[in-house]
Amino acid sequence: MTDPMSEGSSRVNQQARVPQRSGGTPLELADDALIAAQRLSEWVARAPTLEEDVALTNIALDQLGVARLLLQSLGDEDELAYRRGDAEFRNCLLVELPFGRARGDLDFGWTVVWLLFLAAAQKLRYEAWDNEVAAKAVKESAYHLDHATQWVIRLGDGTSLSRERVQAAVEELWPYTHELTEGIRDDWLSIVEPVLKEATLVKPSHDTWRPSGGRSGRHTEHLSYVLAEMQALHRAHPGVQW
Amino acid sequence: MHLTGKFCNTEGVDTPAVKGADGLLGEVERAEAALRAAADRAGAGSFEAVIEADQKIEPRDVMPEDYRKGLIRQIAQHAHSEIIGMQPEGNWITRAPSLRRKAILLAKVQDEAGHGLYLYAAAETLGVTREELTEALLSGRQKYSSIFNYPTLTWADMGAIGWLVDGAAIVNQVPLCRCSYGPYARAMIRICKEESFHQRQGYQSLYVLANGSPEQRRMAQDAVNRWWYPSLAMFGPPDSESTHSAQSMAWKIKRFSNDELRQRFVDMCVPQADILGLTLPDPDLKWNEQRGHYDFTPPDFDELMRVVKGDGPCNRQRMAHRRRAHDEGAWVREAAAAYAAKGKTA
Ligand SMILES: [Fe+2]
Ligand SMILES: [Fe+2]
Repeated sequence: MTDPMSEGSSRVNQQARVPQRSGGTPLELADDALIAAQRLSEWVARAPTLEEDVALTNIALDQLGVARLLLQSLGDEDELAYRRGDAEFRNCLLVELPFGRARGDLDFGWTVVWLLFLAAAQKLRYEAWDNEVAAKAVKESAYHLDHATQWVIRLGDGTSLSRERVQAAVEELWPYTHELTEGIRDDWLSIVEPVLKEATLVKPSHDTWRPSGGRSGRHTEHLSYVLAEMQALHRAHPGVQW
Repeated sequence: MHLTGKFCNTEGVDTPAVKGADGLLGEVERAEAALRAAADRAGAGSFEAVIEADQKIEPRDVMPEDYRKGLIRQIAQHAHSEIIGMQPEGNWITRAPSLRRKAILLAKVQDEAGHGLYLYAAAETLGVTREELTEALLSGRQKYSSIFNYPTLTWADMGAIGWLVDGAAIVNQVPLCRCSYGPYARAMIRICKEESFHQRQGYQSLYVLANGSPEQRRMAQDAVNRWWYPSLAMFGPPDSESTHSAQSMAWKIKRFSNDELRQRFVDMCVPQADILGLTLPDPDLKWNEQRGHYDFTPPDFDELMRVVKGDGPCNRQRMAHRRRAHDEGAWVREAAAAYAAKGKTA
C-alpha cells in the first residue's frame, strides 16, 4: 500500500515525518489528540454527573488544544483537520473506536478505561519530546491520567455491575493498546498495570490479536464516520472564513 | 476549569465591539463592589431591615418561608436552564467548521455546566439537595427556560444564540447581581462575566458569517429570523400578566419588570444588528422619539405559554435526552457511592 503522506503530499511539511519512535511523529500525536477530542465531544451533556460533564469537556478541550498546536506546526490546521481523507490520518485505532462495542454506544466505564490507556501513552510520548507544546501537554495528560485512574479504581472496586463493565472494557480495548504503545510498551505497562491491580481488574489472558494499521492510514470502519461528521460542514463551504 | 477567556481572541477578523454589552459588564463590576461594601457593614438586624438597607441575606439568616421557596424556585429554574441549554449548542460541537470555533464552542458549553454547578450550590444553601432539584427537573415539576426548546438547525444558530440568547440572559441577569440573597448575587456576578464572553463570541461568529459568502449570509439572516422572537420571550410574560413580580421586587430579588428588561434588550440589539448588516424580523421596529426607545412587536405570548406547557418543538427531545443521561449514569453514581462507602480514597 502506498503511503498517502509520502513525498509530494503538500498539506504536511516535511518535518512531520522525522521518525521519533518513542515520541511518535507530530502528525501521529496530533491525529490521536484530534480524534480523541472528537470522540470525547460525544459526551457533552450526557455524563453521569454534572461534575463529570465539566471534566470530560475539559479533557476534550485539552486534547483539541494540543492537536491544534501540533497541526499548526505542520501546516494549516483546518486544511489538515478537514481536508484529509481517512487514509491520510495517522491516529492509532484505539482513539477512533466508539465508546462501546458498537457505533453510537456511549459507555462511561469503557470511556475511562480508554482514557487510562490513552493518557498513559500520551504522557510518555509527550515526555520524550522537548519543546513548549510538550511541557503543556505533559501536564495536561498527567491530569487526564489521574482522572481516569480514579474512575477505573472506583468502578473496578465499586459494585459487581461496575466491575463487570470495566473488566469487559479492559478486555475489549487491550488488543488496541499494542499499536498505541509501540516503542514505549514497558514504560506504559508500568503505569497501567498497578492501576488495574488496585482496581481489582485483570488483563486478558489471551493476547495474540493485535490490530494495527492506523499509523499507515489503514483504519477501522469507524474513522470515516467520525470524519464524515467532523468535516461535512467545512467541506460544504470551500474556501470561506468561519 | 473555565477556559472561555482563553479562546476569546478575534485573531485575523476585524470585528467591532458589541455596543452596549460593555456597559452591562460595568454594571456587574459595580454590583460586585456594592456586594463587598455590604459585607463590610455591620449587620442591620431583622430580615426587613437588611432588605431595606440593601444588605445581603445570608444562608444562616432568618427569612420568610415564601422568600426561601421563591428563591429556590427561581435559582433551580435558572440552574436547570444552564443544564438543558448545553444540548442545543452541544448539537454542533462535533460539526464545528473550524478547530478554533470548535474550541470556543466546547469551552462555552463547559461554562454552562459550570454555571449549573454554581447555581445548584447556591440553591443548596437554602436547604434543598441536588438530588431533589434533579428529580424536580426530570419529573417536569420545575421548568427551565423555554428558549432551549427550539432547535439549532444550522451552524449560524451558534452565532445567533450567543448574540441574542446569551445577550438576553445577560440583560435579565445583570440586575440579579444585586439580588438581596448573597449566594445568588455572588453566583450571578461570576456567571454574568462568563456570559458576556459568550455573547461577544457569538456576535463575532455571526459577524463573520454576515460578511462571508452569500450562503453564509443567508444562513446568518435565517438564524436571526428564527431566534429573535423566542429571545424576546425570554423576558417572560408581559407585566400585566406576570405572577411573581411584585413580591420579588419588594424583596429586591427582581429589580426591573419583564417589560422594562425586554425594552432594554431591544434597544441594545437594534444598533448591533445594523453593524452586523442583518435585519431584525420586525417591520414595525422603529425609533420612538417621544419615548426615547424603539417600538417593537412583542413576541407571541400564546406561543410562549404553549412552549412552557410542553408543546414546543424540542421539549420532549430535551427532556428525553436529560432523562436518558441520568438513567444511563445511575450505575456509575451507585458504584462511586459503593466505593466511597468502603472508606478507600481513589
Ligand atoms: Fe450560562
Ligand atoms: Fe452562556
